[in-house]
Amino acid sequence: MTIISPTATDVALEDEENESLVKRLLNLQSVWILGVLIVIVTFFAIAGGGKFFSAANFSLISQNISVLAILGVGMTFIIITSGIDLSIGSVLVFSSVISAKVIEALGGSTAGAVFIGILAGLVAGGAWGFINGFLVAKAKVPPFIVTLGTLSAALGLSQVMTSGLNITLDESALTDFGIYTKVAGIPALPFVALIVVIIGGITLHRTKFGRYTYAVGSNAEAAKRVGVKVDRHLIAVYCMAGVLAGVGAVLYLAQFGTTTIAGQSLTNLNVIAAVVIGGTSVFGGEGSMFGTVVGLFIPAVLQSGFIIIGVEPFWQGVAVGVVLIAAVYIDQTRRAAALRGAKSTRRSGTKPAVKK
Amino acid sequence: MTAILEARGLSRSFGHVRALDNADFDVNPGEVVALIGDNGAGKSTMVKALSGNLALDDGEILFEGNPIEMTTPQQVSELGIEVVYQDLALAPHLDPAQNVFLGRELPAKGLLGKLGFMDNKEMRRQSRSFFDDLGATVRSLTAPVGSMSGGQRQGIAIARAIAWASKVVFLDEPTAALGVVQTKNVLETIKRVRDKGIAIVLISHSMPHVLEVSDRVQVMRLGRRVATIATKDASVEQLVGAMTGALDVPKGSAA
Repeated sequence: MTIISPTATDVALEDEENESLVKRLLNLQSVWILGVLIVIVTFFAIAGGGKFFSAANFSLISQNISVLAILGVGMTFIIITSGIDLSIGSVLVFSSVISAKVIEALGGSTAGAVFIGILAGLVAGGAWGFINGFLVAKAKVPPFIVTLGTLSAALGLSQVMTSGLNITLDESALTDFGIYTKVAGIPALPFVALIVVIIGGITLHRTKFGRYTYAVGSNAEAAKRVGVKVDRHLIAVYCMAGVLAGVGAVLYLAQFGTTTIAGQSLTNLNVIAAVVIGGTSVFGGEGSMFGTVVGLFIPAVLQSGFIIIGVEPFWQGVAVGVVLIAAVYIDQTRRAAALRGAKSTRRSGTKPAVKK
Repeated sequence: MTAILEARGLSRSFGHVRALDNADFDVNPGEVVALIGDNGAGKSTMVKALSGNLALDDGEILFEGNPIEMTTPQQVSELGIEVVYQDLALAPHLDPAQNVFLGRELPAKGLLGKLGFMDNKEMRRQSRSFFDDLGATVRSLTAPVGSMSGGQRQGIAIARAIAWASKVVFLDEPTAALGVVQTKNVLETIKRVRDKGIAIVLISHSMPHVLEVSDRVQVMRLGRRVATIATKDASVEQLVGAMTGALDVPKGSAA
């Protein structure tokens, strides 16, 4: 079927130029997982009424997932390269400790001190990302092991630096930003997260950097053979995830006014779950930023909804676990079906139908 | 005629194994050379050496008559030499156009291009014309390559190599996974590309295919070239004899 004589080429698609983004989107898991989210929201809107389906509640939900969304951007890139980053919560803690220490040392409340503190947090996160990326790309240690190691090391170092006690920032310009600032009516935290997600999405889906991220996850050897600098790209991706963990650290500092040393032990798993629910394959090569955002909303909406309708919020964990496994199972069977379908339609010479 | 690509006395050992042992090779422009040999004879190692994927212990490589040092696959690509590997080296999750232009993405116009944005439309348009030139049927330019048949994938890999190769194309077992019709098409393609003046090196175990499309056959055994035979004078028995060392081929077997 490859190289068929010219007479057979009339089956080639005329409308392929118009094979639009919309059509390709319909093939993505993120689109039907959006359907699941809508069902959940509708259910709670009916069951919980105005208390759930209100601007205030959604503002609260979006604030709760802001930092996770920023981490999710980096994690999406990493998982698409067929890697994983378990260290992200610990790196966040480390960055927030560095950031808080710097702000404290510079006297605390001035904008200048905060600015340098933020920068220090980003650099600290980026440094851990670089270590992760370097070990994965150059030392060829599996990402799971590398980041399991840095998960432990980054948290340990944070505790060493603070003797395990949280640093609290009182009355700093940073906490004012987190609590009071609003941009276009949106609280500052979700606003920052939204910008990061949009930039991340454009980078992933529209630029060469994003294309290479998919290529590395899909077939690193093939990418290498056509001249993609695979090692350098992996380091860049892990580095970016580290910097974003730094951004998350700064935002948590702004939100809570304190480092959250003991509070991030499940952050990595929550972010990974969201990315995977959103249709990004842990085997690499496919995924989308939009899916990650939807994948983040599902646990957050479940938690909020359970509280409002009076179900113990512990059920959220159960529900998320079920959604996670179901999402991956359905995605796999759907993909297998798509492959079978593609073969049978090819035989009859028609173009493959759009599959949902 | 100066050979477009020539190897003289290439040697490379892996531990105690001499994968290449003072091996020679040459191919002329617009010529199909078949490189044959039993498993372990050094064919793949030779291809790696001639595509910048192998550091040599000894020997020299000449491109258009000038000695060159092949260090990276990219450098070899820039010379107009492309390899279609047996495993095709496609990224299964990317679509055909993305695969064809992988590592050679066309930037978008203006400032956006500098920021790393790509001109996907133009890449799709050019890919389509590459496939049409080859007569390769690629049904969708936006479906992932992994969902396509082996034949279509082969077509994409060959189209990519031919699109970028201006001088030499290596085809490593291009027909091994194909059915009768597809095989015939690949052989037709080889002839068409040769007629464009591009040199083709065909690595194959299939003697009938070798005899059908090649102009010359170079036989490797135990890491060296043991015979060069004009295809019109060759028979399957003779080729197999040279490969296994059973026949006394006048040129080279004295070693």
